[in-house]
Parts: sequence; C-alpha cells; structure tokens
Amino acid sequence: MTQQPNPALAMSSKARSRIADRTFWAICLIAGIAVLAILGLILGSLISQSMPAFREAGLDMFTNTRWVPNDPDADGPAGPIYGLLAFAYGTVVVSIIALIFAVPVSLGIALFLTELAPRRVRGTVVTFIDLLASVPSVVFGLWGVLVVAPALVPVYQWLHGTLGGIPVLGRLFGEAASGRNFMTAGIILALMIVPIITSISREVFDTVPDSDKQAAWALGATRWEMIKGSVLPHSFGGVVGAIMLGLGRAMGETILVALVMGSAVQITPNLFAGGYALPGAIVNLFGESSGTFTAVLMVMGVVLFVMTVLINLLARVIVRRAEVRMKGATA
Amino acid sequence: MNQKVLSRRGVAGVALAAITAIALAACGSGQPSTTPQGSAATGIEGASGELKGSGASFPNAFYQEIVAELQGKAKNLKVTYNSVGSSTGKKEFAQGLVDFAGSDSLVKDSDGIAKDSFYYLPTVAAPITVSYNLQGVDKLQLSAATVAKIFQRDIKTWNDPAIAADNPGVTLPATAITVAHRTDGSGTTANFTKYLTVAAKDTWKLGTGDTVEWSADTQGGAKNTGVAQIVTQVNGAIGYVDLSDATTLKLKFAAIKNKDGKFVLPTLEGTTAGLNGAKVNDDLSYDPLDASGADAYPITAPTFLLVKRKYDDPKKAELVKAFVKYMLTDGQALAKEVHFAPLPDSLKQKALAQLDKVS
Repeated sequence: MTQQPNPALAMSSKARSRIADRTFWAICLIAGIAVLAILGLILGSLISQSMPAFREAGLDMFTNTRWVPNDPDADGPAGPIYGLLAFAYGTVVVSIIALIFAVPVSLGIALFLTELAPRRVRGTVVTFIDLLASVPSVVFGLWGVLVVAPALVPVYQWLHGTLGGIPVLGRLFGEAASGRNFMTAGIILALMIVPIITSISREVFDTVPDSDKQAAWALGATRWEMIKGSVLPHSFGGVVGAIMLGLGRAMGETILVALVMGSAVQITPNLFAGGYALPGAIVNLFGESSGTFTAVLMVMGVVLFVMTVLINLLARVIVRRAEVRMKGATA
Repeated sequence: MNQKVLSRRGVAGVALAAITAIALAACGSGQPSTTPQGSAATGIEGASGELKGSGASFPNAFYQEIVAELQGKAKNLKVTYNSVGSSTGKKEFAQGLVDFAGSDSLVKDSDGIAKDSFYYLPTVAAPITVSYNLQGVDKLQLSAATVAKIFQRDIKTWNDPAIAADNPGVTLPATAITVAHRTDGSGTTANFTKYLTVAAKDTWKLGTGDTVEWSADTQGGAKNTGVAQIVTQVNGAIGYVDLSDATTLKLKFAAIKNKDGKFVLPTLEGTTAGLNGAKVNDDLSYDPLDASGADAYPITAPTFLLVKRKYDDPKKAELVKAFVKYMLTDGQALAKEVHFAPLPDSLKQKALAQLDKVS
C-alpha cells in the first residue's frame, strides 16, 4: 500500500524505457476509460430497459407508496400500482442503521490496531477481520434469518416494553411481531461492512506522518488528545471514503436484505417492523416478471444507481470542506 | 442393427448439416431408419443429442427426477432444465434460447410467443397446501372464505367464530395468527390467489398475480422453503406451501372445503381427482382450481411444457417428442416419489395426441 514505485528497475536503456512508458500510459488510459464506459453502459441499458415503465406508470412510481403489481380487479379501473417509495425508504433506513452500528465499531477497531495494540495482537485481529470480509453475504443472510432473527425477538420486545412509552423513541421501537425487520437487517449489514470500513481506515490511519504524532506528544498531549489532534484531522477524507464504500456495499446488498428484512412493503417509523429494500425486491421478483413489471424492476435499479451517485457526491462535498478547513488551520 | 444406427447417429450429431443429410440418406437406403422411438416402448433409449429447457420452478423437482432417470437410460441424450421461473422461461423460449419451456401460467401477448407457434403439454400437477402451526390443534378444516379472510387479515386470532364454524367440536386457542406468504414472484402465489378469487369471490379482495399487495403485518419468506420455515418457527402461523416441501418439512396441513362441500386433505389422489373434474380446453390448457368432484382437492396447480409446433431441425423435434413422451408415459410413475400427482388417463392421452403433432 505505502510502497513507492522503484524507477531504477525500468532503466535499462532509454529507448526501451520510452516504449515501456508509452505502453504503461496506454494501459492505464484504457483501464481508466473502461471504468467510465462500463458505468455509462450500465446506466444506459438500465434506462433504456426501464422506458416502458416510465411510459406506463410515469412519475407516479416516485410518489406512490403503494405496491400492487397485480391488477386486483382485472380489467377494472384501478390497474397495477408501482409505487417505489417504500422500497427506497427501506434501503435508506437499513443503510443508516448499518452505519450507526458499523462506523463507531470499525473506527474503534482501526484506532486500536494502529495506535494501541501490540504487534502480535495486531496481526491476529487483522487476519480475523479479513476472514469476516470474505464470508459470502448469503451466509450472513441465512445465519440472520435462521439464528439471529428469532434470537432477537425477546430483545426487541423488551426494548419495546421499556422504551415504547416515550413519545418519539416509542414510535421507533414499536411492536416486534417477528425478528425479520429493519433492525435485524441493519445489524447484520453492519457486521458485513465492518471489515471493509476497518481495513481502509486502518490503512488511512497508518499514513499519518509520525512527525505529526510526535509533535502532539511533544506538546504534552494525552493519547486521546494526540488521536483527536493529529490522527483524525489528517485522515478525515480517507475515513469518509471508507465509510462511503461501506455504505455503498450496504445499499447494494441483495441476498441478505431479501432474506432478513421481512418483505413487507410499508413506510413506518417502527424499526421492529418488516420492510423491503430495492435490491431485495429486484432479486425476489425478477424471475417471474415480464413486460412492464420487468421494466419497473429496472427502474428500481436506476433509483439505486442514482441514490449511490448522490451519496458519493455528498461525500466528496464533505471531504472537500474538511480539507479546506484543515488547510486553513495549518496555514 | 440398433448399434449401427446408434453409431451413425453419433457421427451425425457432431458433423455439419450437409454431412448429416448424407449420413441419414445412406442410413435410410438400407435399413428401416425412421425415428429412434420406433424400437423401444418409448424410444428414449436410442435418442441422442442435447435438449435445453428452462422455466417454472414449481415442477422442477419432477423434471430433475426425469432428467436424472434418463442419465441412466439414454446415455447419449443430454437434457438440462433450469428452474428460472415461468416468465424467464417463456422469454428464453420466445428468443429460441431453449428447446422447451416449463410454465405454470398460460402464454400472454406480452411474452412475445406467437399464438400458433407452440403447444401446451400438461405434465403433472401438485396440490398447494395450506400449512399451519398451532399447538394443540392437529386437525384443521377451512372453507375458502375463511382462508381468504385469514390471508387478508380480516381474521387475526385462531378462535375467531369463522374458523370455529368450520371446525365443530375443536377447541381453538386464542393465539394470534401469523400469515406467511411468498416474497418472490411465484406461480404458487398466482395459483393460490387465483383459487381464492374463484372460490371466495365475494370475500377475497387482493386479486391474483405472481405477487399481490399483502398486508404489511404479514410475514414474507423466500420460496416454498422460506414460507415453510416461518410456519415451523412461529406458533400460530399459517402459509401456503407446495405439497413436496410441506411433506418433507413435516408441516401440518388443513383440509380445504371443495366445491361439493367436502373437506379434503391435500393428497396426490385428491389432486388427480381434481384434474378429472377440471374442464380441459381444446389447446389442452386447463384449470383444476376449485374443480368439482367429491374427492377433489380444490387448490391444485397445473403446470405445462411449452414446445414448438415446428422445429427448424427435424432431429430436434424427434428428440423433444421422445423426451416428453417418456415424461408422459413411463415418467409418470416417478411423479409420486417427488410428491407430484400424475395426470389422469384422459388428459394424458390428449397430451400424447397433441405431442404427436409436433414436427
């Protein structure tokens, strides 16, 4: 990660190095363009496939909360209703829950590993976290639905019993009919994204120059003051990036939310109620879809795409602002 | 002689089209060539080549059983069936990616299959059980209207008067009802809800389809096993599950009141009785839901194979015919092993006659 390229290796003769240089330049350019091209093609084909839905259901998809894909009274006046709001809501809610749980834990682990842990412990913990990262999401999903969800029901019921009476909190911690709900999905998603946020922020913390830390020590800072004053400001941008990668994985996670979220199409403040997320709906419903219905699933893909892009843009704004602030401080 | 035909066919299979023609012509000159199904009872032993199918997941267990059986019987025949869902199967069939498709639903205009280009061939049928988990109750009877009320959450406890009326003499607990349904788009949901629209016309309000607007306080499970798993986990749960999964997972199922007013348990015999009572259309599409007959189990899902009326390659047509013929004759005996109901004789004969028209 922190290795520097070694220029001496490529220096056998001038001409050869020029060819190597050109080739390298071309390969990098192709790779760079490929990313953009693939992204563009995906978005393009998603939009073109989703056109029938835009024609038939129109913007109602983005304002309606009801999901009635079959036509209950056949040729009646109602017709199918393809409201996607509840799905988008579900995606946002589980992602937020996942971040709330994952971010403090991941940053804690990363700081522990870089600043506190003895070398031997460090290696072991890193191995285990990397192992966690390689567990397929369907395993997390099955574990969630078979083990975690039933086990958490009494916990949810206890939380509802103790916090249910408080005005605002009570609405969040409502009745828990089963363990398949926003909260369980959020918790397991958090477990899934902890490794990714941890390992990236660990690398970021590692890049903090020793001189910055020594300066803090020299000023008589405690360990926490050193972390607060030297490590965190220096690595803010990188940590935000790590969190965004984690969030991206959480939002796009498919099988897990399809299994654990309970698949109830609704918008409710109750975190212990079932919900449905965009990727889960796509994977559940695609097999038996046809015509307009398939196109609506494509629209779900577009919505997910747009949400991801917006969040990444937001992250860039946050990072840029923080950098400006930091530069102001150092100048 | 048989050997010779076999080897020639093997060569033809890998050669170019022109060579195929010559080889077949040479074959036809000396011997009674015709088709591979002339010799054996169903002709499947001599068949060689490759067949691809995809579609409905509902009859998948039966089709896989047939495919596995054929691996031993017809060594040169390679059949694959991908259970990707009826709609996807129909799409692939329309695009010519597969030689046949499995479908639980009839072909719609939006599927892109030309009206006169295919035949429906019924293969097997299976009952959809209404499985439940209620401590202390081992025998449950439900009428269509009660099932409808339960699944659209008009009834929320087990001791509701409507359930009690269907079960005279049974003490029902006040346990809350948990409704489990399929989250994935499914022919099982389509058939179950279609049954309710037919048999509980005045009560059922959610319509029919691969997915419907389930109330938010119901539980969703992925596939039959997901629903079965909720039923197993939760005391007071009820859900619709196909017989094969319900039997394997040892669920308890309710007897459903049929058109003749009898409460019938989901069994293969009840299903075949239901098929006998069903009205079969000229194109062999039929609807066994809520069929008449004293022993008929009313929630029965039909399933079809879609085959082309005319295949571009006559060899392919022969293969398809041999394969489906096996499925409709000897293969029917395998159905029971995987909890599917064989077709009644009348329907089977019609299907075989329809198959004969494939060219």
